[in-house]
Amino acid sequence: MTMIVTRRTFLAGSAAATGALALGRPGRAFAADPLRVAFVYIGPIGDHGYTYAHDVGRKAMEAHFGDKVKVTYVENVPEGPDCERVIRQLATSGNQLIFSTSFGFMEATIKVANQFPKIKFEHATGFKRTPNLAIYNARFYEGRAVLGDIAGRMSKSGVAGYVASFPIPEVVMGINAFTLAAQKHNPNFKTKVIWVNTWYDPGKESDAAKALIDKGADILSQHTDSAAPLQVAESRGVYAFGQATDMTPYAPKAHLTAVVDQWANYYIDRVQKVMDGTWTSSDIWWGFKEGLVGLAPFNASMPADVKAAADKLKADISSGAVHPFTGPIRNQKGDIVYAAGQKATDEEMLKMNWYVAGVES
Amino acid sequence: MPFKMEPRQEVSRTVVYATPVLAVLLTVISGYFLFLCLGLSPATTLYHFLISPTLTFYGWSELCVKAGPLVLIATGLAIGFRANVWNIGAEGQLTFGAIGAGGIALAFWNESGLWILPLMCLAGILGGMIYGAIPALLKTRFGVSEILTSLMLTYVSTLGLGILVYGPWRDPQGFNFPQTRMFTDSSLLPLILDGTRMHVGILVTLAISLAAWILMTRTIAGFQVKVVGEAPAAARFAGFSRNRTIWMSFLVSGAGAGLAGTFEAAGPVGQLVPHLTPGYGFTAIIVAFLGRLHPIGIIVAGFLMAISYNGGEIAQVEDRLPQAATGVFQGMLLFYLLACDFLSRYRLRRISARREVTPS
Repeated sequence: MTMIVTRRTFLAGSAAATGALALGRPGRAFAADPLRVAFVYIGPIGDHGYTYAHDVGRKAMEAHFGDKVKVTYVENVPEGPDCERVIRQLATSGNQLIFSTSFGFMEATIKVANQFPKIKFEHATGFKRTPNLAIYNARFYEGRAVLGDIAGRMSKSGVAGYVASFPIPEVVMGINAFTLAAQKHNPNFKTKVIWVNTWYDPGKESDAAKALIDKGADILSQHTDSAAPLQVAESRGVYAFGQATDMTPYAPKAHLTAVVDQWANYYIDRVQKVMDGTWTSSDIWWGFKEGLVGLAPFNASMPADVKAAADKLKADISSGAVHPFTGPIRNQKGDIVYAAGQKATDEEMLKMNWYVAGVES
Repeated sequence: MPFKMEPRQEVSRTVVYATPVLAVLLTVISGYFLFLCLGLSPATTLYHFLISPTLTFYGWSELCVKAGPLVLIATGLAIGFRANVWNIGAEGQLTFGAIGAGGIALAFWNESGLWILPLMCLAGILGGMIYGAIPALLKTRFGVSEILTSLMLTYVSTLGLGILVYGPWRDPQGFNFPQTRMFTDSSLLPLILDGTRMHVGILVTLAISLAAWILMTRTIAGFQVKVVGEAPAAARFAGFSRNRTIWMSFLVSGAGAGLAGTFEAAGPVGQLVPHLTPGYGFTAIIVAFLGRLHPIGIIVAGFLMAISYNGGEIAQVEDRLPQAATGVFQGMLLFYLLACDFLSRYRLRRISARREVTPS
């Protein structure tokens, strides 16, 4: 109801204002027009991390459909009262499919989705779903396990530094997967974590990276979106992993590889489904197997056996032969959480709020 | 320097009212070329930026949501600014107000009743006042610059809020995300109209604006504030206490900011989060001066700022205007407003070489 009234007043208002102001008026969408798709980003598209990766997917989707879609995006949207207005603005301005790409947009996306039942919404990395709000996520922990495998083989000090954002299950899971994989080669491997409480703040991220190196880390991983930790690693002569995209240009020597978020296929698939009328509110959690998670090219300086092992682990995770969370797994207190051979379920991973032994947070 | 700025003897009323219009005009012209350079259709983008936010009823409701806290804080600040008391830390007082209100909301999370909201408002106002009292005390007791203390205390307040939402007040069902539980209906501000986010806090804000106007123009307290600010010597002769003015300014502006924090937490946000506002406490300083420290002017200025923010979002959505460009456009608007304001009160004069060597 609200939408009809709003739109009608909007049209009447626009018409009146055009006459009065003789300013340019935007064209309205008609039924035969291309599908309108919108993206809401938490960071700037130039972060070369998480938001950049979504934007790469957005561009690929746009290139795939050409004239059949009209795509818009809003960047740097804060998680708070402003994001609800932005999402609503996208809904009222005629978008038919809206992707909101950060965990913190969850409540706002649900509110707007409930008010616009005919518009389709997709929320990344959240856990609440409604009939017109689908959720999607990537098994980043699979990629992080491969990073841990490489770290365990490459680190001399046996200490990794981890620049982390917020202690939500997504991030905790990544830290644990990384540490467990590294401990396969060095049982005493330790991961020191610094929380910067932001997704994107190059200043804080680089301070954290410096502090971690000072504490003895000779390899860095990050769950924040800027390339700042990599640049610190490069200048201090330690190894590091990129975030969300191939960040080699920022640190040609330090950058070993990165977990690459490859959203393109998902976005193309979802837009196609809306066009075909087969879209339903789904809940997907894809990884290596479906191509949603990938790895950046390995650094040339990596020994051949480390590269081969990383490739093999990726293939094994992809085929299901290896699960990164397979017991025995101990928590920080040393208690057994998963007995030998026992695997963590998806549900358990999505609620993970404890650290494995060897994590110092 | 062959030029010098000097105050104009008299500023005509026409100029006072014409400067904001001129500033908007200059912004539109500069914006036209900015958008042209970005390869956009400038007329359409300007339309989205400045006109679209005001076209729908819903648009106006959102302007109210955005302007509300700015107006409320700026109204309180303006009283102090008139007395030359510089409270730069409204953001901190807002944060403390929100902590006070949020504390009540969480303490009575399982209760319901009409008494919860008023209690939250009271706690919010008290929080803001207590936090505003610190710079006032330091100033009146030890003569410490209130500009520095109030500003620095803002960062302390953010960290204080952080300790709470990352620690004891964190939502037990919130997957460790740094935020409190969502407030229950008893601790949320009622909406004026369903389907919008316009809450009763906006009506309260307007009432407070009106009260401030009466206070400043019709009461002795308001008169004292003005005299202390504009003619400190005369104020001393008249026996007006400077210290009392400082205390009053900080308590009033702290209360306003604390209440604004309460309205944000119990209004559009609905919970406590580490960064409650996008810097309303600082933007309100601009709003106070744009509104010429006058309660009614502040309402106009608050809505102008709200249009520039909400319009910036619409321009991003509709024209793919880069986010940085919206910032540039907003900056231009403020720059022209302040420049026009300055030039309306000062004039540029050439100093002749001869006058400089002649001793006066």
